[in-house]
Amino acid sequence: MDNENTVKYAIECKGITKTFGSVVANDNIELTVKYGEILALLGENGSGKTTLMNMLSGIYHQDKGTIYIGGEEANINSPVDAMSLGIGMIHQHFKLVEVFSAGDNIILGTEKKKMKPKALKEEIRNISKNLGLEIDPDKKIYNMSVSEKQTVEILKVIYRGAKILILDEPTAVLTPQETEKLFALLRKMKEQGCAIIIITHKLNEVMAISDRVTILRKGKSIDTVNTSETNEKHLTELMVGRPVSLEIERNEVENKEKILKIVDLTVMKGDGTKALDDISFNIKTGEILGVAGVAGSGQKELCETIAGLMPAKQGAILYKKENIIGKSPSEIIKLGISMSFVPEDRLGMGLVASMGMVDNMLLKSYKDKKGFFVDRKPARELAKKLKDKLKVVTPSIDTPVRLMSGGNVQKVLLGREIESNPNLLITAYPVRGLDINSSYTIYDLLNEQKEKGVAVIFIGEDLDVLLELSDRIMVLCHGKITGIVDARKTTKEEIGILMTGGTIGEEEEND
Amino acid sequence: MDMFLNIFVAAVLAGTPLLFGTVGEIINEKVGHLNLGVEGMMSIGACAGFMAGYVTDNFIIAIIASFVAAALASLIYAVLTVTFMANQNVTGLTLTIFGIGLSNFIGIYMLGKSETGTLKLPENITAQMRDIHIPMLSDIPIIGKMFFSYNPFVYMGIIIAIAMGFYLYKTRLGLNLRAIGENPAAADAAGIKVTKLKYINLIIGGGICGIGGAYCSMIINGGVWISNNVGGLGWIAVALVIFASWKPVNAIWGSFIFGALRVLKYYIPKTVFPFPNAFYDMLPFLITAIVLVITSIKQSKENNIPESCGINYFREER
Repeated sequence: MDNENTVKYAIECKGITKTFGSVVANDNIELTVKYGEILALLGENGSGKTTLMNMLSGIYHQDKGTIYIGGEEANINSPVDAMSLGIGMIHQHFKLVEVFSAGDNIILGTEKKKMKPKALKEEIRNISKNLGLEIDPDKKIYNMSVSEKQTVEILKVIYRGAKILILDEPTAVLTPQETEKLFALLRKMKEQGCAIIIITHKLNEVMAISDRVTILRKGKSIDTVNTSETNEKHLTELMVGRPVSLEIERNEVENKEKILKIVDLTVMKGDGTKALDDISFNIKTGEILGVAGVAGSGQKELCETIAGLMPAKQGAILYKKENIIGKSPSEIIKLGISMSFVPEDRLGMGLVASMGMVDNMLLKSYKDKKGFFVDRKPARELAKKLKDKLKVVTPSIDTPVRLMSGGNVQKVLLGREIESNPNLLITAYPVRGLDINSSYTIYDLLNEQKEKGVAVIFIGEDLDVLLELSDRIMVLCHGKITGIVDARKTTKEEIGILMTGGTIGEEEEND
Repeated sequence: MDMFLNIFVAAVLAGTPLLFGTVGEIINEKVGHLNLGVEGMMSIGACAGFMAGYVTDNFIIAIIASFVAAALASLIYAVLTVTFMANQNVTGLTLTIFGIGLSNFIGIYMLGKSETGTLKLPENITAQMRDIHIPMLSDIPIIGKMFFSYNPFVYMGIIIAIAMGFYLYKTRLGLNLRAIGENPAAADAAGIKVTKLKYINLIIGGGICGIGGAYCSMIINGGVWISNNVGGLGWIAVALVIFASWKPVNAIWGSFIFGALRVLKYYIPKTVFPFPNAFYDMLPFLITAIVLVITSIKQSKENNIPESCGINYFREER
């Protein structure tokens, strides 16, 4: 390796092993990245990607194995060490202080010589200009869009002189156009000689941006392949360990009838701005209506208003021709409207983290029984049934759900909602953070419901999935509907334009 | 005019212990710790300051003793909440109860040892705590009395408040500290030593509260020790933090306004406003409630409580 003729790697991991208690998160991992190269790191949930990256960025320390940075053995014990070695990590959830300006966030914690604020701003402007970025150093983070925040994160690590960038699922929250912009930036940085590691679940992005792909499975590095010599199917096989079909079955259901009609609905947010602005749409039985939009475009408010958790200011929600505005959540549940909202932290709404599966089942059904005491028997049976049917991995049905992995928590939540036999199922981000296998279990569940004649509102993030799963796609932008399109005919680009408030030629259907 | 002047001076004097408590608590809250132990830290500072002054007859040593003792009390809080992740509210309340108890216990112990049955500060130190006479400035009519003839605590409080305001908002260290209070994970990722800075600032904040306590025991009662000498001022300081919107410089005028509310009962004749004294004691809290309503309507993120205040930080939690 010390031979001058061999390539000097930016990062070389040799035999990295990390265990948490009895769980082996990383097992003898080998990984290399050169300067001027983009490496994609691919793997299912729990395959050890984040653990590995956390070791590179100094949050954990490996039990065994050596990390070489720029050809030299490195001992990374803290984020400061990682930074001084030129490693910068861009986390999935931004590590920014909301009330600070972009400039303050960028200089935060650095020990560079104190500069006058004016000179500092000039330097930040220069760095961003070199990369073709636009950023106002005085703008407060809370006034920024998601992609602007990401730009600040990237500038932050570049300001610290990072030559090795690690991005953890950077595209999860971006529109297709913003993703393109990010990729252009990454390519530019690659040309300037940076080494980049990108973690993503999306195979098409891996194909588009990376030079090489390293695949992790169950904590082991399975293989490293050149992107130009592989394809999505092959990558999936490597990742899952067996051939999988990437097709989502989408059948057309006969005899649709309108079940929910929303007319001129306006909902206000707590701070007095409009969360939903005069929207109208309808949904039929046996149909999946996908809802696309940048995070915070009114998706949450839409769910909560239909479920009766938020008051509407104007308009009507007609469920089987009856206006349900003003009804209490429990009355709405009785009508057969069921909501499973998976928030970013997965547990916030719907499940109680410290309760086991059984008690979480009870939350929805305890009212059906009369009497003073709680009868756990039916709930216990239901929990057992769900555990078997959805292959929920948990030590026991009484184990607190917070100890279960994200995918299993989501299965429990969705399973419980489906078991109440709803006529309308609202589900928001049900596959958030899930790997391919678990995601497809959830898609199958939703399709099964649709075929049973349930109307499904599916609020999603991944446009590819929305396009494959939904029958129609409704696009929200700043609380307005910018278009309702046929999922079989539209394209990703079209939806991307609608998401940012643009219009397309197609007329939306009139009702 | 005379009456106004008297109220003004009395308000400044009554507001000074609040100023110390408020500035100390602001530092604590800005680094992410809602420390409800202000009353306790002030009590400990009161006791340590008074006893040090009583024994050594030296003003400077008394101040240092009050600072160090309250800083140690705050260190207990820091160990429990930063290192052991104990619940901040419970720990703070415990510190209050402990501080008041310890202060009264030592007070009674010392009273028992004294021959006269009372504890009074010796002459030398009393002289050092007298109103400072600044040549020229103090002689200006009205202005001199309003601004330039207070005891050393008052000037010390204002200087500390301004210095802490500068520290928080104009220095890199202050930026790092505020980042911790807002988002410790972000600060950690940016390479800031979260635990170390939390400890340092909790201790500094606690110490400043302690000096406010020394004012209560050494000035308010004319240099005679009585039990429970802080008497709830620590709680008003916690409310004042909100009133000052977490800015030490705002705390200066905020605490003087609250001081005015506390002395109003002595100046407004019962014939004009037939309200009992309890009404005036209630006013500071009423005003705090109104300020809370106004700030929550304004929804300004900068003038709000630091986002992670009250939540302990654990790096590996996900």
